[in-house]
Amino acid sequence: MATSSDSNTPRGEAWVWFSGLGLIVGLGMVIGLLSLVVLNGITVFWAPPVPVANVDDGRTIIGQLAQRRVRAGSPASEPRFELQYQVGLRELNGNSYLWVDEAKIKSESFPADVLGLERVENGPAFVRPQSLRKSDGKLILVADPAFEVAFQAEVNSAAIIREKLIEITRRRIGDVNGEMDKARVALRRAEDLKLAGEIAALRRQITGLEERFASLQAEAKTVVDRGAIASLVSCDASGREVVVPLIQVIRAWFPNRLDTWGRVKLFVSRLGEFIFDEPREANTEGGLMPAIFGTLVMTVFMSLMVTPFGVITAIYLREYAQQGPVLRIVRISVNNLAGVPSIVFGVFGLGFFVYVLGGSIDQLFFADQLKYNNNTPVFGTGGLLWCSLTLALMTLPVVIVATEEALAAVPRGMREASLATGASKWQTIREILLPASAPGILTGVILAMARGAGEVAPLMLVGVVKLAPTLPLDGTAPFLHMDRKFMHLGFHVYDLGFQSPDSDAARPMVFATTLLLIVLVVCLNIGAIWIRNRLRARFKGASF
Amino acid sequence: MSQLMNPPSSSRIKVRPATEREGRKDYISIRDYGFWYGQKKALDAISLDIPERQVVAFIGPSGCGKSTLLRNLNRMNDLVDDVRHEGEITINGRSIYDPGLEVISLRRRVGMVFQKSNPFPKSIFENVVYALRVVGVRDRAVLEEACETSLRKSALWDEVKDRLDDSALGLSGGQMQRLCIARAIANRPEILLMDEPCSALDPIATGKIEELIHELKDQFTIVIVTHSMQQAARVSDRTAFFYLGKQIEYDTTEKIFMNPSQAQTEAYISGRFG
Ligand SMILES: Nc1ncnc2c1ncn2[C@@H]1O[C@H](COP(=O)(O)OP(=O)(O)OP(=O)(O)O)[C@@H](O)[C@H]1O
Ligand SMILES: [Mg+2]
Repeated sequence: MATSSDSNTPRGEAWVWFSGLGLIVGLGMVIGLLSLVVLNGITVFWAPPVPVANVDDGRTIIGQLAQRRVRAGSPASEPRFELQYQVGLRELNGNSYLWVDEAKIKSESFPADVLGLERVENGPAFVRPQSLRKSDGKLILVADPAFEVAFQAEVNSAAIIREKLIEITRRRIGDVNGEMDKARVALRRAEDLKLAGEIAALRRQITGLEERFASLQAEAKTVVDRGAIASLVSCDASGREVVVPLIQVIRAWFPNRLDTWGRVKLFVSRLGEFIFDEPREANTEGGLMPAIFGTLVMTVFMSLMVTPFGVITAIYLREYAQQGPVLRIVRISVNNLAGVPSIVFGVFGLGFFVYVLGGSIDQLFFADQLKYNNNTPVFGTGGLLWCSLTLALMTLPVVIVATEEALAAVPRGMREASLATGASKWQTIREILLPASAPGILTGVILAMARGAGEVAPLMLVGVVKLAPTLPLDGTAPFLHMDRKFMHLGFHVYDLGFQSPDSDAARPMVFATTLLLIVLVVCLNIGAIWIRNRLRARFKGASF
Repeated sequence: MSQLMNPPSSSRIKVRPATEREGRKDYISIRDYGFWYGQKKALDAISLDIPERQVVAFIGPSGCGKSTLLRNLNRMNDLVDDVRHEGEITINGRSIYDPGLEVISLRRRVGMVFQKSNPFPKSIFENVVYALRVVGVRDRAVLEEACETSLRKSALWDEVKDRLDDSALGLSGGQMQRLCIARAIANRPEILLMDEPCSALDPIATGKIEELIHELKDQFTIVIVTHSMQQAARVSDRTAFFYLGKQIEYDTTEKIFMNPSQAQTEAYISGRFG
């Protein structure tokens, strides 16, 4: 082969190395990005020891170290660093994060009595407790050996009361409000049509609902009163007194006293909250359950819509359409759809799906609703259905191309064998071609899902919101509310990172949310790949 | 093509005397048939009659149009783009191009076994009963009965009767080919077309399939394409020799192999050209 006998190197070796280099660079970037996200995302939930730092200018700081960076303008040869502490207590400090020049820190200690608090409002707090006012009115000083046990007990019972309150105010009062809205719309309609019997009935219903509303509010008040909520008196770094009602405390921990196991437990509990709870404080705290759920439901619906459309289109293009210049143009257009910026699909979705389709649906089926409810649209506004449809349209080319390839890859012999037994074309497609190309089709669906789940821009136009009051799936008929707006992890990242009033507080959540989004997409893909492999195994022969 | 490189002399080929059975002499009748793939003429002026319930072998060098003619008998070549034909093919007196005859019902009457076995990625059972499912047979007992009969006829029953629900793709090459035969005869077609059914098989499997052909010809009219002179001699009642798209000679197998009237035929079967 080699023209020169002195060289053992085959020609083209340089290209092998070159492509290997390319692979390494690509892999390196992916791994770098993933590890950045994973590291930053995971450490959000870890509770490190919290120092008490004395600064040159006489200040004392209690706070959890958040970041360390080179000071702007410091010489590169001997860089000077500055530290960012999360000090919490936003209501006192104005900001829960604080930058300090590292060189100015005189001393640092880790006293065991530092207490970390996660609160319902105003973010976390790092304080040194003084005394506890129990719910029975007794005062326990921190020096008392019974303090810690009593404190934990009070925190736990306050949490139970808080849950009860949430149950009453959010769920039950929410339900009453929902019914009330419906009844009012019905009443307006009845009054307009002069249906005397109905008017009376609806008036009675509304009075009943108002009574229920009042009684629920009274119930909420008694819960709070009976609970005689305990409170914690403590002082902050500079000795100011801070009184925290324990009903506000979601989690309390002594960061400098915890052993590793305690930290792991705290980590798990925070992670659980992050995944299973609802967001708080402009989404910068609490959990992401609605967003996870919204992303999942939207992606699943998108797949359910794009798969049949894509497969049917591909079958027509490959099996039935007359091959020729027209078909070529159609193919080129379909492939080019994949390159259209996603925001364009968003605009189309808003213009066509939301206004035209949704508007017509409202005119046809929800005319009463429009007329008697201040023109509030049902489907004529962004929602889960339109988001799924828009993304389905966006990912359609992927599925079409994958299906066409898969159909083309079915051995000709199989097709001929089926036709030769007297099967019609459609029977051949249904019985032989589709099952045999199912793995290829699923590959397309996987790609579509991966692209759709991470898409944000078009969704902002057709139904994703920062905070959705209700999930798209719940216990009230018809259970699945395709018209509802929903939350989405991708949008959540954008919202936290760029729209948050407190960007420092949002930063860790950006990473955690990104990590969660990646994990979700990976899980969806693994699920689909698992199905595909099972299908493949069915079609693969053991011998030849 | 080992037979061609190491040819048996025509005298050593054992020929079975043509069996005379009752039936139409021109069951399949091909008249002045020509066929084009685009501009290329693959068949030219073919005229031959295939009697009912007999085995007819098509022989000839590679590319001479045997498969093309065979695939025209059940109109499989309709699937190829840009083809054209002239002349007439009738089965039992009726043109296969009759607009009133649906191609699907033609193919249900004319079964086909391909050179390369092509089982479906389904269970053995589903493969065999595919033709019945296609016409809407749902009755499990009927399907099972048809499955067993076909598999017995194709000499595969004993090997697969315990694994009917396994994937057909797990069979050996020869088993797959016999499965394809079982599939082709499950809906009892009148005619069975076989395009080099044994080209990928070992002598034992070949023997089984040849035996099968003997048994099947009581019920089916069989047209078989083969490159093996011995096979043509062993299984067929009549043989047609083609060369470059033309029909050179068509007669009883005995006549073709013992006393061909054309020099080209003689040269081919004695292996002097291919
Ligand atoms: N689909 C097709 N398109 C165009 N030409 C074709 C097609 N199929 C076959 N031909 C041509 O028609 C001629 C006859 O082909 P055919 O397959 O009938 O030969 P054959 O006798 O079966 O050969 P073999 O013994 O190798 O199978 C060949 O020249 C071939 O190139
Ligand atoms: Mg051939």
